Amino acid sequence: MRRESGAAPAALEEPAPVPAPAPLRTVTTASGLVADGVSAWFSGRLVIESVSLEMEASKVTALIGPSGCGKSTFLRILNRMHEVTPGAELAGRVLLDGEDIYGPEMRPTETRRRIAMVFQKPNPFPAMTVEDNVLSGLKFSGKRPRGKEKDDLVEEMLTRAGLFSEVKARLKTLGGELSGGQQQRLCIARALAVRPSVLLMDEPCSALDPSSTRRIEETMREIAEEVTVVVVTHNMQQAQRVSDYCALFLAGENAPGRIVEKGSTKDIFENPKDERTSDYVHGRFG
Amino acid sequence: MSTPRVVTTDHLFEDRLYRAGVKSVGIGTFVLLVAIGAFLLLKSWPAFARHGVISFLTTTGFTTLGHHPSFGVAALLYWSVVIAVVAVVVGVPVAVGTALFISEFAPRRLRAVLVTLIDMLAVVPSVIFGLWGFYMLQPNLVGFARFLSVHLSFIPVFSVHSSVYSSSAFIAGVLVGIMIVPIVCSVAREIFSLAPLGEREGALALGATKATVIRSVVMPFARRGLAGSVMLGLGRALGETVAVAIIVSPSFIISPHILQQGGASIAAFIALRFGTGGQLGSAALLGAGLVLFVFTLVVNLGASVIVNRSVGGRRA
Ligand SMILES: Nc1ncnc2c1ncn2[C@@H]1O[C@H](COP(=O)(O)OP(=O)(O)OP(=O)(O)O)[C@@H](O)[C@H]1O
Ligand SMILES: [Mg+2]
Repeated sequence: MRRESGAAPAALEEPAPVPAPAPLRTVTTASGLVADGVSAWFSGRLVIESVSLEMEASKVTALIGPSGCGKSTFLRILNRMHEVTPGAELAGRVLLDGEDIYGPEMRPTETRRRIAMVFQKPNPFPAMTVEDNVLSGLKFSGKRPRGKEKDDLVEEMLTRAGLFSEVKARLKTLGGELSGGQQQRLCIARALAVRPSVLLMDEPCSALDPSSTRRIEETMREIAEEVTVVVVTHNMQQAQRVSDYCALFLAGENAPGRIVEKGSTKDIFENPKDERTSDYVHGRFG
Repeated sequence: MSTPRVVTTDHLFEDRLYRAGVKSVGIGTFVLLVAIGAFLLLKSWPAFARHGVISFLTTTGFTTLGHHPSFGVAALLYWSVVIAVVAVVVGVPVAVGTALFISEFAPRRLRAVLVTLIDMLAVVPSVIFGLWGFYMLQPNLVGFARFLSVHLSFIPVFSVHSSVYSSSAFIAGVLVGIMIVPIVCSVAREIFSLAPLGEREGALALGATKATVIRSVVMPFARRGLAGSVMLGLGRALGETVAVAIIVSPSFIISPHILQQGGASIAAFIALRFGTGGQLGSAALLGAGLVLFVFTLVVNLGASVIVNRSVGGRRA
């Protein structure tokens, strides 16, 4: 099903139908995410100001923009990681399927499980085995799959992250012993294992070689069927290859970051409305 | 074919000067340690020569007076270790718990206050601790010691053969345990704060609670360093002198009854006996000192090896 990019938040309340690929058990449905007038401060300094963005269900949205304009900060606000930083404050709402994740009855742990995150720097648990890394999110929520169920789950998640063939003989080695690119894909597998409805990725490929990068881009396209993906990237080709929608962040000299332009990736790259957008995507600044 | 050559930047004059300076300080420390050991060995030799080193280490009597002076540090060493172990058992959980609270839970302002308070605890002179222990801690602990001996006497260390609960190795151990809290706490705090932010956030982003982050990220990271801090505390406890001397009443019997009056420690014993017993007596005390010196050195060396490996080295 296709939806207009400008659909109202209310339209997101109905879950998008998911075509289930035969070999993969699918229990998640992608959710729409809407940021509404989000501002953020670090120790009293305003770093992003009234950002509103709709991230459509089952689509890949790319956040682009020069360094320091608040992309990571915005991303972390989307799954309540912002508040982990001492001195961090925010204003505005973030709606997951129409429900404010900062609402009083929402538990941050539950929210983070539904809106998973992959960080710029690979951060597997170095003292856990590859297998335990994949299962770690489930373990944190008290679930411990066993036997065949566990093996199937580990295989499925590692396959989706494009890592299974490389590590299938080394499931019991430590997560810290994999290469950087393998560690990043392990982190993706780990995030997918909790069956989130949204996956946030902060420059997931910045430390990776071209083939791992391609593998992860494929993964993003594949999982977008059932997981809404929001990805921060500095790589314009990558944004063009993977995303359906794009939002350009810019911050002034002493001004906080804002969204300059948002829309379909095609429009942003081929038919930008704002001059700064066309400058940025053509590498003329930033 | 090319021959390999060493490529180095170390030939710069400043570098060499700096290195020489640092090196000489390092060597100086080592020389001082060896000198202390050699001095102790030299001065205590008469006592070792009398009945042999083995006897010195394995017998328990320690009389310098009369016609048959005999020296054995076995009981003293035993009680030193007992007191140190009690200290670690009591002090380490408190210290680690406090460190966890400070580094993981306390709001920033409270954190600063707590750190200052604990650092201040470290500068209280041990004689003050000893006096406090004697007048304040001991009267309050005697009842607890009796309680343990009545209800848990089936565990050998809690059984007693006398009903005097004051001046025991247990009370001395608890006191020393309190005294080692600052050092263990500050090392533990340091280690906890080094637990990688990336892994912490990784766990949080998977829906982990704070307790889970501590269990699955902070603790696995800190395990080795904590073992080192425990050894450090053990080293401190072994060497503690005045406070122990004020509490215990020296005994030369090796027994498991830590709750009853008795116990001793090499350090406290030397302080109590120093200057009595003539030349041979002094030699014997210096010999006991040498045993303590070597023993603590080994414990501390073990501690620093463990700490360095966990903090400095890359983990797998
Ligand atoms: N923990 C923090 N404490 C204080 N200021 C912060 C913190 N993290 C980010 N900032 C500030 O917030 C602003 C936005 O940072 P952010 O990391 O979101 O930028 P970004 O767009 O992700 O940049 P990059 O592309 O380099 O990753 C910057 O000015 C940065 O200095
Ligand atoms: Mg960033």
